[in-house]
Amino acid sequence: MGRATTIPFGPQHAAFLEPLNVTLTLEEEKVVGAVLNQGYNHRGMEHALSLDYRKSQYISERVCGICSFHHSTAYCQGLESIYGIDVPERGRLIRTIMMECQRLTSHLLALGHIAESVGYENLFMQCFRERELVMTLVNRISGNRVHYSMNVAGGVKRDISPEGLKDIQATMSRLRPRLRELHRVFSRDRTLSKRTKGIGVLSNQAAREWGNVGPVSRASGIPRDIRQDGFAAYSMVKFSPIVREEGDCYARMMVRMDECLQSMDIIEQCLPLIKDGPVAIQMKGHPKGEAYSRVEAPRGELVYFIRANGKTALERIKLRTPALMNVASLLAMLPGCQLADVPTITVSVDPCICCTDR
Amino acid sequence: MMTLESKMRIRSPWIMHFDTGSCNGCDMEVWALLTPRYDIERFGAMNRANPKQADILLITGPVTKRCEDRLRNLYEQTPEPKLVIACGDCASTGAPFHNCYNVNGGVDKVIPVDVYVPGCACRPEVLIDALVLGLSKWREKAAGADKEAEG
Repeated sequence: MGRATTIPFGPQHAAFLEPLNVTLTLEEEKVVGAVLNQGYNHRGMEHALSLDYRKSQYISERVCGICSFHHSTAYCQGLESIYGIDVPERGRLIRTIMMECQRLTSHLLALGHIAESVGYENLFMQCFRERELVMTLVNRISGNRVHYSMNVAGGVKRDISPEGLKDIQATMSRLRPRLRELHRVFSRDRTLSKRTKGIGVLSNQAAREWGNVGPVSRASGIPRDIRQDGFAAYSMVKFSPIVREEGDCYARMMVRMDECLQSMDIIEQCLPLIKDGPVAIQMKGHPKGEAYSRVEAPRGELVYFIRANGKTALERIKLRTPALMNVASLLAMLPGCQLADVPTITVSVDPCICCTDR
Repeated sequence: MMTLESKMRIRSPWIMHFDTGSCNGCDMEVWALLTPRYDIERFGAMNRANPKQADILLITGPVTKRCEDRLRNLYEQTPEPKLVIACGDCASTGAPFHNCYNVNGGVDKVIPVDVYVPGCACRPEVLIDALVLGLSKWREKAAGADKEAEG
C-alpha cells in the first residue's frame, strides 16, 4: 500500500456548479478520508432577512435561486401564523402549483447534473431541454424564470388567469411523454446504472444518524415527506412519498425521477380544484410573536423560525436548509469509494451551496 | 492586424464560470446557456472549468470575503487577453445583498470587469448579448496585444 495522498476537490471544480471544497485523503485510487470545507457562499442572509420584515420576502427568494419559491413560501407561512390568518384557498392552490413547478425544474437540473458527472453529456442536454418547457411556463405565468416574486405574506400577489391554467394543463400534457422517456433512460441505461448502482451507499441507520432529509433520506428507506403535513394545498391532493431502500446513487437519482412524475400528478390534481375567489388577505400592523414554519423544498425539509417584537426589524430569523443536512452526510458516503466516483456521489446529494452556506 | 492565433481564439472563446456567492439563479441561467434552447456553442463557446484554458470568465455573485482570494487567483491564471463578464445584479453592483456583512459588493471591487449584465437573475438572452458585446471588446484587446507584441 502506498503512502496516503491528500488532494483538494474544489472550490472551483468542473463537477460543481458552486464553490464547495472537499479535502480527500487517498490511498492510491481509494478514498480513505474526507474533510468538508464550507462557507464560500456565506453572505449573512439571516442578518439581511431580519433587517425589515416588509422587504424580507424579496431577500428570502435570494437565499437560493433553485428553490426560491419554497424559501419565500416558508417565510410567508411563518408571518401568516404570527398574524394568525388563513390564506384563501385559491392562493394556497396557486402556491402549490408553483412549488411543484419549481420542484420539476430543480429535480431536472439535479438529474442532468448527475448525468453530466458520470460523463453522459447527451442525457444532461436532454434533461435541460425538457426543463426549459417548465422554465418557459413559469416565465409566462409569473413573468420571471428564476425568482417568481409571487408570494406575499397573506397569499400570492399575482393571480393565474383562466388561459394560464389551460397553459399549465397543456404544458403538463406535453411534458409527460418526454419525462416518461427520460425515466426509461435513467432506469434502464446500462452505463448509467453501472456508474451509480452500489456507489455511495448510505444505510437507513446512517441516514437517520446524519439527519438526512428529502430525496436523500427517502432513497435510504425513510418514508418522510413534509408535504404530508398538508401545508399550502397539499391536504387537498392525494400522493404518497416515493421511497426506495437501496440508499445508493441510483436510488437517489430514481427517487428524483419518480418525484418529477409525481409533481406533474399533483399539479394536474390542483388545476380542477381552483375556484374563483381572492388570492390574498391584507394584514394590518407589525407582527408580534414567534412562529415556526416548514415546507418540503426540492432537497427536503426547509425550516424557518421567526421571532418578531412588533417592530419593522425582526428580532431573530433562523433558517435550517435541507442541503446543509445532506451535504454533511457526504462524510459518511465518501470513505471507501473510488476517486472517479467522487463527483457522482457529491452531485447525487444535490448540493446547493447557496442554501448550505447562506 | 490580428495574428492567426487571435483570429482562431475569437472563433472559439472558451468560458469559465465561477460562483462567488450568488443565489444560484444566474448559475442556472449560465447552465441554460450551454444547453439546447440557448446553446452558445453556436458561437464556439464551451464551458471549461480550467482557468488556463479559458478566454472569458463568467462571474456570478457579489464576491463573498472568502471567495475574494480564489477569484483573484483564477483571474491571474487566465491567459491574456481575457474578458470578465459580471452576470447579474449582485455581480454588477451587489444590490440584493446590499446590507450583508460578508460581501464585497460586486466583482469590480476585486478584479476589472469588461461587461456588466443586468437582471436578477439575468436572462440567458441578455447573457448571449453580453457575450457578443464582449467578443467585440475582446477583438480590440487582442489587436492591441498583438500590436504590442510586434513592437
